Order: sequence, then structure tokens, then C-alpha cells
Amino acid sequence: MANKLELEKKLALMANSPELFKKEIARIKKELQGMEKTPQQRSAWETVKLARNPQRPVLQDYLENIFTDFVELHGDRRFSDDKAIAAGFARIGNEPVMIVGHNKGKNIEENIERNFGCALPDGYRKALRMMELAERFNVPIITFIDTQGAFPGLEAEERGQAEAIARNLVEMAHIKVPIICVVVGEGGSGGALGIGVGDRILMMSNAVYSVISPEGCAGILWRDGTKAPLAAAALKPTAPSLKELNVIDRIIEEPLEGAHTDYEATFAAVKKAILEELKPLKKLPKAKLTKKRFEKFSNMGIYNE
Amino acid sequence: MAWFSTQKAKDNRFNEDIWISCPKCKKHIFKESWLNGNKVCPTCGHHGKLTAWERIGITLDEGSFIELNSNIRPADPLDFSDSKGRYKDKTIATTEKTGLNESVITGIGKIDGKTVSIAVMDFRFLGGSLSSGTGEKILRAANYSYEKSVPLLIFSASGGARMHEGILSLMQMAKTCAGVSRLNEKDIPFISILTDPTTGGVSASFAMVGDLNIAEPGALIAFAGRRVIEETIKQKLPEDFQTAEYLVEHGFIDKIVPRKEMKNTLSQILSFYNR
Repeated sequence: MANKLELEKKLALMANSPELFKKEIARIKKELQGMEKTPQQRSAWETVKLARNPQRPVLQDYLENIFTDFVELHGDRRFSDDKAIAAGFARIGNEPVMIVGHNKGKNIEENIERNFGCALPDGYRKALRMMELAERFNVPIITFIDTQGAFPGLEAEERGQAEAIARNLVEMAHIKVPIICVVVGEGGSGGALGIGVGDRILMMSNAVYSVISPEGCAGILWRDGTKAPLAAAALKPTAPSLKELNVIDRIIEEPLEGAHTDYEATFAAVKKAILEELKPLKKLPKAKLTKKRFEKFSNMGIYNE
Repeated sequence: MAWFSTQKAKDNRFNEDIWISCPKCKKHIFKESWLNGNKVCPTCGHHGKLTAWERIGITLDEGSFIELNSNIRPADPLDFSDSKGRYKDKTIATTEKTGLNESVITGIGKIDGKTVSIAVMDFRFLGGSLSSGTGEKILRAANYSYEKSVPLLIFSASGGARMHEGILSLMQMAKTCAGVSRLNEKDIPFISILTDPTTGGVSASFAMVGDLNIAEPGALIAFAGRRVIEETIKQKLPEDFQTAEYLVEHGFIDKIVPRKEMKNTLSQILSFYNR
């Protein structure tokens, strides 16, 4: 999905031979309609597509535009430096923080190098090492969540993908500095949650966060991957639904047509939200911080009794 | 009459009241000997799936189990339905069929006189999937361990998170791990026993972070499914990939323990708990 201006340009070019480009014109018109909807009017599937838009800002954009003094740090001290996760010290305003995030690329070369932000166990172990470093330095942690999911590969299983994610869930529950998690694009299942346990969970208004991709869910429960739009609606992976279910604390409003249509406005909104959330967390005594985090996750879930 | 007697013999051979066929080697086994051997194939040693109650029966001292939080059952937080119908109806039908309210049974019991807090998953309840109710019960089992300073034992058998509960099922991974995490404060041991299968969101949460991880022989233990991996990396995977034996070799499981030795092994390990 491209941005609105580009689509309109394309439409104008094709207007000379409408018969030849009939299908393409119809597709673009439909896409434009989707963009013009307010977040409330969009279907879950339309939001999924928006969250996956390759023009959407990624971690490096946020790093360059809302943080300063980034000191990137590498490696899990076990096996490798997984480029699907980037981490390091930085400042937001005057606040020193540790950044840990899924590192999607801006083009195909970057994405191949970074495995499209799909981390190996090495990536989760690198993330944990950096979070423990943040604890040592007594700086808050900001995580940026943007991944289809943890990488499903031979070496991932061999080196314990499940253990690496699980270990992060255990350790993040008691790390004694504030943790703010921001779901900026795709929150894909365990791969997202592996850096997603924190005191405040923020989510962009067009981001999605789900236990399984709509395609995966459709393949299992509908036995037909093309039923993904139905599965997306059923899974309710959008920010307003997650807010209602008490899984996230705050929705960061994007420009109406999506974060990719106005980078400056997006950066300003994300920066403001992080700074506002950081302030009260920094005042909490450490024991209280981890106790409240435990209570927060203890209360997640809806069941009958 | 010849055709008639062959027919009869054939019927008898497949009579499920008398015979069962081993899910792995397909050999026919007398049902009685299958059940007496706790669903372990006498020919190939395959460990069949046990129900939670069967597991409790062979693990804990007779009469020592006290079930807790048995009233927790699924809600339908997303009002979820798929091509086969509503989640709500599915859970009601599953409860009628299995007598279970959720995919895990929790409580306290004794192993050779030593008290433990225990959670046992049951694959019959929607594939042992991790739901809000399951997560809550496991958290409470961990909290019981924390409050009373008794070891925590969890027997896993699960396909992963229950997607019918959407994001809430994912959050149970964080919730159960937060419970396990707190045990470190008081140095309370958590023994995770992984049985066939332990995959997806359950392997990527509490099941893999036991102070000891013990597995039954041949158990499938995985993060991603074999088919998904083969499609992603476009290559065939080794035969023993994602088995308990494979995980021991790669350093993620402490020990493989056959079913008939499980209780004794657990008892022996607990005897070293010097508090």
C-alpha cells in the first residue's frame, strides 16, 4: 500500500486508458476509500493492512527523530548479534533511556539484513541483556514492537526460540526500572510479547496486536487462508479493542490517513506520549513499580468463576 | 458361511472395547494392557496422552489431591465465532464431553509425603489451549507456591494459546510467567514437566522456564509448527526435530523420564530440596 498522493498520481496516469487498467483502477480507488475512513470506520482487516504499510515509520525513524545521542550496542554474548532487534542507550528530551526494538528496514536490502524484524532467539537474548544493562545503569526502558512474529526456522528452534521468549517474560516481570512498550506497527504474537512486558503499554491507533496473524488463524479455524479478513474481524486486534480489554493503557493517535502520511505529526505524538508516561513511573519506588507490574499482568484475562 | 465368519473376525479386530491401535507404531494392543501400562505402547514405547485426572492418579499419593479453583471456566470475551460456530458453544460442548471446566486442573497434593502445588493440563479440552481461565488457574497455583513456600509442578500438554480469546490468550503467557518469576524471590523451585505435545504459546511461556525441565520420551516440544518452518525455510527438517530427545541434545531439557519412573524421579528430586 502506497501513500495517498502516489496513488492519486497513478490514477491520473491510468486515466488515459481506463479500459486497459480497469482492474488496477478499481483496486486503487478501493484502497483510497479505505484511507479516507476514520479509524472507527475501518474494518479490522483494513487496519491490518495499514499496520503493515511499508511506508510506515519504523524504529530507525523514531530513533532519528524523537531520540538523541543514540549509542547502539550489539550482541547477545551467547551466539550472535541479531539485527532484527536493535538496542542501545539514547535520550528523549533530557531523559536517558534504553531503547530495545524490532528493527524492520526501509528497503529490501535492509529488510533482508534484518530479517524483516523477525528475531531469532539471539535477538530476544540480546534484548534481555540490554534490559539488564538498563537496570544496572538505572535508566528506563522503551521498547518498540513491530514484527510479524518471532522467526520460525530451523536454527531458531535449535537455539530455543520458545525458551528465549519465555525467559524474557519471566525477567521483564521483575526488572527494577520503568518499562514502556510501544506497539508501533505489527504486534505479532509471542515475537511481539517477547519485548512487550512493561508498566505502560502504548499502541498507535493503526497498529495491530494479535495472538496469531489473521492469515494463520483463517488457515486453522476456517481451513482457508483467504478468509483472513473474517479472522481479523474475529480476533479484534485493533487498538480500540485492546484498550477495551485492558491490554493496553493508551492509544497514540496517528494522522487520520495513517502514520505514513505525516511523519512529523507521528513523531510528535509518540514523543509526547512517552514523555508523559515516563514522568509518573520514574517517581515510583522500585519495589512498588514491580509490584504494580505484577498486578497489572495478574489482572489480564476474562473468565467466569 | 465362510464370508460371514471372516466378517465377524474383522469386526472383532476393530472392536474398540477390546483393542486399540498404538498411535505411533499402529500395532494392535489389548486395551486392558494399554490402560494398565498407563497408555504406554508395550511394543514401541510410545507415550500416549493421559487425561489430567489419570496423570494426577499416577503422580500424587493416593487421596492426597485437593482440587482448587475448579469453578473457573471460559468466558467468551471477544464473542468469537469461526466457520464451525461459536466459541461459547464449543466450550459448553467440551465441558459436557470431558467433564472439565478448563484445560487445566490445579490444586495441592503430595508426592511421597512431600506437599506440592500442582497444575496438570488436559489436551482433550480444546487441545489443552492456554485461555484466560487456564492462565488464571496456573497463576493461582504459582501464587499458592509463593504464599506457602511449596514447590510448583506443572504438567504441560498444549497446542498453544487459545486464539478464540484473541490477545487475552497471548497475555496469559506474560501472566503465568509473572507468577513463576515471583518464586525466585523466595527460592521456591518450579519443576516443569513437558508432555506430548507442548508447543506454541505454552512452550514459549511457563513450560520452558522450569528450574528443572523434564520431558516424557518422544514428546513433541516446539515453538513453531513443522509445516510453518518447512514453508518458511524451504527445506526438509530432520526426523527427530522438536522431540524431547532433540531438546535434551540442544540443552533445553534436563532429563527425559519414562512415565513409569516419573513419580519416583520427582520424589527423588524433591528429596534434595533442602528447606
